[in-house]
Formats: sequence, C-alpha cells, structure tokens
Amino acid sequence: MSELVNLTINSNKYTAEKGSMVLKVARDHGIRIPTLCDHEAIEPYGACRLCIVEVTRGNRTRIVTSCLYPVEEGLQVQTDSPRIVRNRKMLLDLLLARCSENKVIKELAAEYGLEKPSFREEYWEKHDCIVCGLCVRACEQVVGVSAISLVNRGISKEPKPPFLEKAKACIGCGSCYYVCPTGAVKMEEKNGVRYIYNWKVAFKLKKCSRCGIEWAPEAQLEYIRKKWNLEPGFFDICPNCR
Amino acid sequence: MCMAGKLKTAKALAALQKRLAEEMDTGKCRISLCNGTACRPYGSNPVAEAFKAEIEKRNLADKVEFKITGCHGFCERGPIAIVDPGNVFYQRIQVSDVPEILDNSIQSKAPIERLLFKQDTGAKSVARQNDIPFYTDQRRIVLGNNTRIDPTSIEDYIAIGGYTALSRALFELQPDAIIQMVKDSGLRGRGGGGFSTGTKWETCRKAHGDIKYVIVNADEGDPGAYANEGLLTGNPHSVLEGLVIGAFAIGSHQGYVYVRNEYPLALKNITLAIEQAENLGLIGKNILGSGFDFSVRVNRGGGAFVCGESTALMASLEGKTGEPRAKYIHTVERGLWDRPSCLNNVETWANIPLIINNGAGWFSKIGASGNSGTKIFSLTGKVNNTGLVEVPMGIKLRDIIFDIGGGIRGGKKFKAVQTGGPSGGCLPEKLLDSPVDFDSLLKAGSMMGSGGMIVMDEDNCMVDTARYFLTFLEEESCGKCVPCREGVKRMRQILTDITEGKGQLSDLVLLTELSAHLKDSALCALGSSAPNPVLTTIQYFKDEYEAHIKDKKCPAGICKALIKFTIIDEKCPGCGRCVKTCPTQAITFMGKQKPVVLDQSKCIKCRTCYDICKMGAVSIE
Amino acid sequence: MKDKVAAIIKAYGNDSSQLVSILQDIQTEYNYLPRAALDKLSRKLDIPQSHVYSMATFFRAFSLKERGKHICNVCQGTACHVRGADLILESLERQLGVQRGQTTPDHKFTLETVNCMGCCATGPVVKIDDEFFGHMTNDKVEPMLSKFKE
Repeated sequence: MSELVNLTINSNKYTAEKGSMVLKVARDHGIRIPTLCDHEAIEPYGACRLCIVEVTRGNRTRIVTSCLYPVEEGLQVQTDSPRIVRNRKMLLDLLLARCSENKVIKELAAEYGLEKPSFREEYWEKHDCIVCGLCVRACEQVVGVSAISLVNRGISKEPKPPFLEKAKACIGCGSCYYVCPTGAVKMEEKNGVRYIYNWKVAFKLKKCSRCGIEWAPEAQLEYIRKKWNLEPGFFDICPNCR
Repeated sequence: MCMAGKLKTAKALAALQKRLAEEMDTGKCRISLCNGTACRPYGSNPVAEAFKAEIEKRNLADKVEFKITGCHGFCERGPIAIVDPGNVFYQRIQVSDVPEILDNSIQSKAPIERLLFKQDTGAKSVARQNDIPFYTDQRRIVLGNNTRIDPTSIEDYIAIGGYTALSRALFELQPDAIIQMVKDSGLRGRGGGGFSTGTKWETCRKAHGDIKYVIVNADEGDPGAYANEGLLTGNPHSVLEGLVIGAFAIGSHQGYVYVRNEYPLALKNITLAIEQAENLGLIGKNILGSGFDFSVRVNRGGGAFVCGESTALMASLEGKTGEPRAKYIHTVERGLWDRPSCLNNVETWANIPLIINNGAGWFSKIGASGNSGTKIFSLTGKVNNTGLVEVPMGIKLRDIIFDIGGGIRGGKKFKAVQTGGPSGGCLPEKLLDSPVDFDSLLKAGSMMGSGGMIVMDEDNCMVDTARYFLTFLEEESCGKCVPCREGVKRMRQILTDITEGKGQLSDLVLLTELSAHLKDSALCALGSSAPNPVLTTIQYFKDEYEAHIKDKKCPAGICKALIKFTIIDEKCPGCGRCVKTCPTQAITFMGKQKPVVLDQSKCIKCRTCYDICKMGAVSIE
Repeated sequence: MKDKVAAIIKAYGNDSSQLVSILQDIQTEYNYLPRAALDKLSRKLDIPQSHVYSMATFFRAFSLKERGKHICNVCQGTACHVRGADLILESLERQLGVQRGQTTPDHKFTLETVNCMGCCATGPVVKIDDEFFGHMTNDKVEPMLSKFKE
C-alpha cells in the first residue's frame, strides 16, 4: 500500500504510508517514544503502554498506544503532552513497585523524576520480569518453536516452560535472552554448556572443528540444519572460519 | 404436539404456527411452574417432579396442562406457579401443596389463600400476577413470554408466534430495510456499551470481506447479574431468531453463542434450541426456501470474566487465552479470525424479533428519548423483592427499588445501589431520582452494564464494597497490560489497608491518581472501568472513608479490624445458643439467666453469634 | 485414557480452535486435567505443549490437580457478598480445614469459589455437586456438609 497521508506529530507536519503505525513513523523521523514491549522483528502487542500518545481525529482526542495505532489523513499526534507524561510516570511508578531493584526500570523511572515507588515499602516487589511477552512472542513468531508461554492470569501471569519443567521444545538459541528489555532472562555459558535458567534448559555448545571455539548450541544448529535441509556436518565449521 | 419435518417455505411455517396455536388453546386449565436457575435453591425441581408424578398417577393430562418454564422474574418468592385462566400467582410452593393446587385449578375453585402473595405477613393477599406490585410497573415485552412457554419446546415458541419475524425478514424485507428498521427503533446494545445496534450492523454489513460472523455474548460475568441467564434459559429461541435475522441483514452465514461456563442450564437449553431449529429447517441450508444459509455453534466459556470483553471472547473462540487486544480497528471490521464480526448481548438479540414484528415506531415509543425499549435487571441485595425485572428505560431508580423492589428488607435504611457490575458505580440516596438509562447512569459516574442492580443498606460498608470489587477485578484481570495488572493490585492493597485501619488520607489522593491512570491507559474496558467503584464511593461516601482513615472506625460494622463484638449483659438471657455455634469457643456459658462472657482474644468476628441471637444481645462496635 | 481423549478431540472435528470445549470435556471426564491427557491432546492436535499449558492455567474452570469427590462452590458474587458470603466462605474454610482452591486431605471435598451462579434471590448460596443451598448462615454450614460426609 503506497498511499501517503499527511499527519502532524508535536505540531510538525509529516507524510507517511497509510496504515503504518504511529510509533514507526515517529521513529523514522527521529522522534523518541519510549517502549518496553516493542521489537522491530516482532508483532506489536500493546502490553507495556509506555508508548502511549495523544491522538486527535476531528474533534475527538484519545490516548492510544502508538505501536498499534495506524496513521491516517489529518491525524494529530502529541507524544509528550502533560497528560501523557503524567501517565508514563504513573506507569513507571507501578513498574518500579514491581521491579524495585531492576536497573533498567530504575533508570527509566529516574528519567521521569521517580526515585522510589509511591506505594508502601512493605509491598515493593523484586521482580525483573515485566511480563512484556517478548520472550514468548519471539520464540513463537521468530524462532517458531513455542517452547515457552505466558501462564496463569492477572498478577501471577508470567513466562514459564510448560508444566514448569524443562522446556522440551527449546533449542537454546537465546532469542528470549536477547529480546528481554529488563534482563529477566538469565542465560550463561559455562564449560561448553549454555544454560537458560528460566526454562530449566542446558545445551552443549558446538565446537568449531577448525578454531575450537564453542559458538552455538548443538540443538539450535541441528534445528536449523533440519529446517533448511542442509547436509550433515554443515555447521562443523563456525561462521568466522568459513 | 408432534414435530413436523423440515419447513421448506414461509407458508409451511405459517401453517404450522396456526395449527400449534390452536393446539395450545386447549381450554384446559394451565399451570406454569418456574424451574429456572434462581428457583432451584428453593427446591423447585422436586416440586416440578411432584406435579408430573401426581398428574400421571391420577391421569389428569386431559384436564390440566402443566408446563415447566424458565424464570418468571419474582425469584424472591420461589417456587412460583401461575395458573390460568385467572392469572393466579402462587408462591413458595412446597411438594405437599401440589395435590391441592391441582384439584383447585381443575375444579376452578377460589385461589388457595395461604399460597397467595402478601407483601408482609398480615397484609392483604393479591391473587393475580398482574396486580402484584412487583409486576405492575414492569413492562415485560422480552421476558414476559417465559411464563407461557416450555423453553425446551420449539413448538411452544412457534405457537405464540415465534419465527414469524424471521419469515418476514427473509421474504418481505431486504437486509438494508432491516438495518434501517433497527436503526430507527433506537435499540442500543444491552451488554452495557449502549452503542446503536443498527449502526453496528450497518458498519459490519459494509465491512470488507465475504465471510462475516455474528456472535451472541452470553458470558454475563458481572457478579450479581443473571438477567441474561433468565432470558437465555427461559426463551432461547427468541435469542436465536434475533441472531438469524441479524445474520441475514449483515450477510453472515456463521454464528456463535458464547455461554458462560457457570450457566449449565442456559447452555443445555440453547444447545437444544439450536438442534430443534435445525430439525425444522429454521437454521441450516436454504432456510424456509429463502436461499439463505446459516449455521450456529455453541461455545462454553472457561471461567474468565474478561472473556465478556469482545476481543477476549473472540480470542477464546479461536482457541487462545482470553487476552483482549486494541480496538483501534473495530471488531465489526476485523474481529473473529480477523473477519468482520458483529457481537451483541443476549438481550439485544432477543429484542430484534419484537422490532421486526411490531415496527420501529412501536419500539421507539417505549422508554425514554434516545434510550428506547426496556432493560432487564437482576434486582438483588437488600431489597425485599429480589428477582429479574424488566422496566422501560427512563424509569427512576427509586421506583425500581421501592415500588417494584418493595423497599429495603428488615426495615433497614437504604444506602446505595450498584449498577453495571465491577465496571459500574455505587449511587447514593440523593441520586435515587435519576432515570435509569445509558446516558444518565454514565453522567452519575456509573453505567448500565448488563443489568446487575445490587441494593445496599446501612449494614453495608462502602469501603469494603470498593475493596470487594477491586479484589474481584484483580483475580479476573488477564494480566496483559501494566496499568490493570499492577494498578488494580495496588488499588486493592490500599483499600485493604484502609479497611484494616492502616489507611492515610494521602491514600485517597493516590487512589484518585491511579484511577485517572487506569482510565487513560488500560488496554480494555476491564481496566479502564475498574476505577468506577472506587471513584463513586469516594465521591459519594467520603465520610465512610474518613471514618476508616481518621477514626479507625467502620460505621457499618463490617471491617473486622475496626469492629468489636460485645455482649449486652442486660439483654442476654443466658440461653447459650451463641455458645454452641461459636467456632472458636470464644463464648462461655455462665448458667441460665446469667449473661454469657465473650473472650475477645478468641473472637474471630465471624458474626455467627450476632446473626443467631434472637434477643439482640450481641452488639458490634 | 488416550482413546478417550482421542474420542473427545474427534467429537470436535479435531479442531484446535475448540480447545476450551475440549479441555472442559476432559475435565468433566476425569474431574481434573490429567497430565497424560494434555500431552495426548498436544500431540493429536499438533499444538505446542506450551500453549496447552497456558490455556489450562488461564481459565478458572480447569484444575491441573486432582479434585475431591464433592466440589463445593461458594458464590462470591456481589449480591451474595452484600449478604455476607465472605463469612460463609471463611466458615467453610474453617470446617473443612482447607483454603479456597484446595482439596481436603481425605479427598472428599474441594472448596472453590464462583462469581455468581444466577441464584441471587437466595443468597448467600453454596452449591455442592448439583445441589444448591440458599440463604446460608454460618450455623447451617455443618449440617450441609454432613449430608455429604457418608
């Protein structure tokens, strides 16, 4: 769809492809909108609400998440109105109360002038996970194995392996670790093994037959090899040596 | 009444209707017994079985017609039966009353006095249902047929004119004309949103795509609302007929009925109704020879309030968890399976045949300006006459609660009425003259919702009520978005602290700020309307909050941390009833005619002694 | 068990969008969702185990743990609440010795709460199996339970 529309963001005029999301349009023009649950390789989800903006159509103004709101002719967008800033601050207040010792959340909160949560200290929690769903969505949409999912509902909702056991479908690719915005996915490599503790998995790393470096989990490589019908031994040599 | 084969033309339906109507007019006396869900705890099922057994035993089938029906509405007085001719209303029927009711009806004797309605003991009895104050101010255009039909019989529904509207829609009206009619009628969504039904249908019809869906939202999750239940269980065909008409108007060939898991009877009846309609050719291929195909499937909910939200409901229909999604693109454009979907509430669909049969003009004259028609409410809580009431829009809250509802039980004082479920608000006495319609309730800070109307009295604590709703929402939140998942939790924590005497005045500020945040930023209506119970109680019952916070007292005597149970020595005759029932043996018997002694350290404030004492010797401070 | 589960799935046309209904039928059959049944379900419908698990934990209707012989449902709907339903729940918790959502050690009772069954006129209401008990007060709890204690 190459139909172009005119819109304004923070009173400046722009043109954009009809149907593209406000967030993308803003970013394409260097306008900063904070996000947590957004990732360019993954479908927008609208869970963290941090990317909220005020949009005006005709005489109706409302608050929407810019990651999921499609632009249209004559749309007016405000990314940092007082109402938006107030809401982002309260949002971060809530996240800080949940993740009171998490570095990423504390830094974001400090940007909005928040040193500590507004709630009683006895109720502060120490999570790292903000349940943005990126790990689960990456595993489903990008990797395609759906090894993990969001379980339970409400305040106990969180990403977990099925039946809280070792995630059998996991291939150890680490996508979940790479996309996690708060460092809640704990992955490390020790003695030729990659551990992703959250999903109770451990993967032997493949050693390059030429340089000897342990460069990727065997399971992941085998998955890719089978999916793309590559010959056996295709990954015996690491990308650097190839 | 025997079942015909598939009806292949409108004429065949008309002929069947005529025959069944004639057969229904038997000249025998008729007894309609309610065996709906609300009457079951009263033992309506054994009464129904007793009637059946007695009729068979004494071979009375040719003298009396006995029908087991859905909800008659006056749930307070169940088990209920209505005897015709005479419209005689019998209440609180027991199994032992059955033979006398049969004899009395068959022999056309004067009504049985002890089973007649009386507002209070000693008051004059009222024999006719239509004369009973509970019923006189109602306008039961939708629910009224419950008393005339057996919901498991499609023949009954056809005999009273059922499926005439469908026939008319298919053969005499074009889809656009139907939509115009619904628009002109002024019907607004009865699920609580109050959006113009005709406009919704029109948008869906115009939406891009050949495959469209129509959905019945029977996930009535508001705790305390069972209006949809009574309708779906008592007259499932009325909902079905409306659905098929809507499907025809929109251009949909596939429908879904999403029934809450906690409504087994409704589930059973609608499933049977669909099967019966299919057998008669009123659903399926080439309905009545019109060329229109339509099939419908029933899906059960899984015990999630959030699935009453349209996008969450659709996700559940797709086999996913009930997580809502943004509705920047409406579901009528992209809904179930990303296709145009028209979702409406049970009651909305049930109004459609009425509009087609009687005309948009007739419908628009009922109710109030901009709010035409009636609304069914489950009137419950501290009123005398609890039950399902159907009233014209625009009637005053006061009239519903005091005229229809018979006022507050036990002579207590009215305090608040809650409408719209957890998404609604609590309204105080000074707003009792507000008209009940979509716009007025919204203005007052509440909303219509799907029909729950819960009355509270002086013994209910409004802070506890707000805490209760937030606890409910915290459990039901899907957990996807931060404002709702975290915000509702924090609000509930603050409210719990207040009820435990740990509140501060700054908490009210924080509650108000959180409320504004949820209204602005939550993903779906569960989150964005969660603040309503809090905001309305703070607005209208601030004194109660201040009592909890400043004085550490609960004026209504509910919040355990702030109350104390004591024995009023002068009133205690030493009968020992409370001693036996106290779960922690906190009360000691001191001998006859000596007041008992309550050990505060063991008291868990369960209220058992207070409820059981006939002398009023237990007091709550 | 595998055959029964396969039969249930077949009855829904092997349609994975009918997952909630399929899970409900499995729960009705076994009084809870056995692990083996869920594994079979995942294989037969070719849906990820992770998805089956998230469905089973999202919806309140499902129990992954074996439940008791008698399911005791205490209504916590608003109409019942304003008439003291929370006190009835506490009374049941005391008498059964379990918290809501739990099963008694002798596997006789599982105590659950439900938000409105549609019997508001008779609130507070408790439902044990298919039997309703209306107008509940604390002193009625013990006699009610004893009906099922055989």
